[in-house]
Amino acid sequence: MNSTADTTTTSAPAAPRPTRRRRPRTGGSLPDAEGHRRDLLRQMLRIRRFEERCVELYSATKIRGFMHLYIGEEAVAVGVLASLAEDDAVVSTYREHGHALARGISMEAVMAEMFGRVTGCSRGRGGSMHIFDAGRRFYGGNAIVGGGLPLALGLALSDRMLDRDRVTACFFGDGAFAEGEFHECINLAALWRAPLLLVCENNRYAMGTPLATTHARTDLAARAASYGVEAHAVDGMDVEAVEQATREALAAIHADGAPRFLEMLTYRFRAHSMYDPDRYRDKAEIQRWRRRDPLSLLDKRMRDGGELDDAGLAALQEAVDREIAEAVDAADAAPYEPVEDLARYVLATPDEARGLTS
Amino acid sequence: MTTTATSTATATGSGTGTGSPAATPTTTTYREAMRAALREALAGDDRVFLVGEDVGRYGGSFGVSLGLLEEFGPERIRDAPLSESAFVGAGIGAALGGMRPIVEIMTVNFSLLALDQILDNAATLRHMSGGQLCVPLVIRMTTGAGRQLAAQHSHSFEGWYASIPGLRVVAPATIDDARGMLASALADPNPVVIFEHGSLYNSTGTLTDGLPRDIDTAAVRRPGTDVSVFAYGGSLGKALAAAEELAGAGLDAEVVDLRTLRPLDDATIMASVRRTHRAVVIDEAWRTGSLAAEVSARITEQAFYDLDAPVERVCSDEVPIPYAKHLEDAALPQVADVVAAVRRTVA
Repeated sequence: MNSTADTTTTSAPAAPRPTRRRRPRTGGSLPDAEGHRRDLLRQMLRIRRFEERCVELYSATKIRGFMHLYIGEEAVAVGVLASLAEDDAVVSTYREHGHALARGISMEAVMAEMFGRVTGCSRGRGGSMHIFDAGRRFYGGNAIVGGGLPLALGLALSDRMLDRDRVTACFFGDGAFAEGEFHECINLAALWRAPLLLVCENNRYAMGTPLATTHARTDLAARAASYGVEAHAVDGMDVEAVEQATREALAAIHADGAPRFLEMLTYRFRAHSMYDPDRYRDKAEIQRWRRRDPLSLLDKRMRDGGELDDAGLAALQEAVDREIAEAVDAADAAPYEPVEDLARYVLATPDEARGLTS
Repeated sequence: MTTTATSTATATGSGTGTGSPAATPTTTTYREAMRAALREALAGDDRVFLVGEDVGRYGGSFGVSLGLLEEFGPERIRDAPLSESAFVGAGIGAALGGMRPIVEIMTVNFSLLALDQILDNAATLRHMSGGQLCVPLVIRMTTGAGRQLAAQHSHSFEGWYASIPGLRVVAPATIDDARGMLASALADPNPVVIFEHGSLYNSTGTLTDGLPRDIDTAAVRRPGTDVSVFAYGGSLGKALAAAEELAGAGLDAEVVDLRTLRPLDDATIMASVRRTHRAVVIDEAWRTGSLAAEVSARITEQAFYDLDAPVERVCSDEVPIPYAKHLEDAALPQVADVVAAVRRTVA
C-alpha cells in the first residue's frame, strides 16, 4: 500500500438502506501467495507486449483508425480487474485494450476486432475503441469522453433496484473529470446510493493538454469527495497499491451500497494516439515517469523477495509472446463480416433481445 | 388547443383516469390517458420505473405523473436533478441491467443536453457491439410550440431524432394513442422516443378501449379522395380542421396521421398518395431538413408517377419561435396555410 493511498478521505453518511443479498467476500485483503504477484506481472506483461505488437501492426496497416495505447498505465487495469468479481460490470474508455485483456477477453478476440474481422469481440464493427463482451459484462469501449459514466451509473442503479449484490466499475480519465457528465453522475450516484466504483485514470493529460491547464484544482480525489463520496488518491504505478485500494473500495461498496471514487495517479508513456506527435511533453518528464514503470516496480519487488529471476521472467515473456503470436495469426486468418450483414443489429427483434439484458 | 385530433370516435361516458383498460368508450384527456398508461405499466411490471425532472413531488412538469409518486413510491417515480445527460444515460445503463426505464425529458430543447447519450449510446450500442446488447428504453418528451413559451421551449426536433438508426420514434396525437402506444414502446426491445406535443395534454376526446396501439404504422384519420394531408402530433388537429373547411368547398381531403416517425410507414403513405394523387405534408419543424422533407422525398422516390401536382409542405418559418402571440402564430403552420397548400395542389 502506497502512502498516497489515503491522502483524501471523506466518509459518506451511513444512511439506512434496504437489505441486500450478501455473498461471502474476501474483504479488503489481498490474496496472498507469490503466485498472485506473478499473475499480476503476467497480466501487465500481456498488455504491454500486446500493445507493442499493435504498434508494429499499425505501421504495417493491419490495424487502422484511432488507436490509443495504455502503455505505462497497466497497473491500473490489472489491479482493479484482479479485484472484481465475474458478475460485476465494467465500463471502459477508448483506451481500453488493457481493461479488456485484464477482464479476460481473449487476445484473439481483441486482436481480431482491431483487424476488423468478424471473429472480433464486436464483429469488427467497433475496432480499437469499442471492445464489448456482454458475457463478461464488459460494456465498452466508449469513445465519447465521459460518455460511459451515465451508462455505468444506470447499470449500478439497476443492481440497486433489483437488489443484486454486485458492483459496476467505470474507468474514465482526468479529461472526463472536466465533463459535466462526471459531476452529474457522481452527484446522482451519491444521491441514489448506486454501487458504483469510479476509477479515474489520471494520466495528467487530456489528450495534449496538461492537468493544470484543464483543472483549476488538480487534486481530483478531493473534488470528488466534495460530493459526499469516499475518495482516495492511489499510486497508479503500483499494481499492488491499486489492488489493495480497489479491494477496500469494493468491500466498502458491498457493505453500504454507496459509490466510491479512486483517483489512480498514472502516466502514459506513449503518445495519446497513433496520430499524436507528442509535442507537448518534456522528454525528461517522460523519463522520470518511466523510472516508475509499473512492470519494473513489481519486477524489482518480486526479485527482492526472491520470487522472480531472469529465467522466471523469460518464461513469462515467452508464454505471453506465444499467446500474442497466436492471436495475430488467428486474426489475420479470420474472415470479415459479410457486407450483407451491414444492417444487422440496428434494431433488435423480441426474439433476439431475450437474455441480452441483466 | 384542439379537440379535433380525437374525432375518430364518438364520445360517451366520462373520464375515469384509471389504469385498467376501459371496456366501453369513455371521455378523457390526453394527459389522463398518458397517466393511465404509465400507471398500468408500473403496476404490471416491477422493472418499469419513471425518472426525470419533477416527475415525483411536482407531479410532472405537465402534470402527467401527478399522484404516481404516492402510488408507487420514490424508487419507481424517481425525481432527478437537472442533469439530463446523466439521467438519460442512467436509463440506458439501467435498461442494459435488466430494468425497463421510462425517462421523461421536460422538453425537446432540453433533450439536446442528452443527445450524446441518446445517439452515441442508446441508438448505437447494439450495432457497435456486434449485436451483443439491446437497450429497451422509453424516452418521453414534450415538443412543439403554440403556448408562447418562446425560442428555448418551443421547437420540434422529431425529424432530427427520426433520422437516427437504432431509435424508434413515435408521436401519439390521439387519446387512444396516448393511452396505447406506451405499452407497445415498453414491449419493444429497442429505445423508443415518444414525442408528446405540449398543446395536446388538455385536449379531451374519446378513449375507445384502453388497449395497446401499434408503433409501426401510420393511420388514416379521415378518408378522402382528392388530396392526402400528412401530419403528426400537434399538427393532426390542424390537418383535420383544414379538411373540414375544404369539405365545405367541395374538396375531399384524406388525413393521414404519421404516428410512427421512425420507421416511417411508407406503405400507408404511398397507398394514400396513389388514391388521391396529391400530397401536402404538415410539420411544425423548420422546413429545411425536416421530417416533411423526408416524407416528400420518399413520395417523390416511390410514387412520382402517381402525382398530379408537386408535393406541398407546410412547415414553420425558419426563425427561432418568438414569444409574442402574433409572431408565434405567423411562424407556425396554421389551418389557413394547410387549406391554401391543398388548393395549390388542385389549382
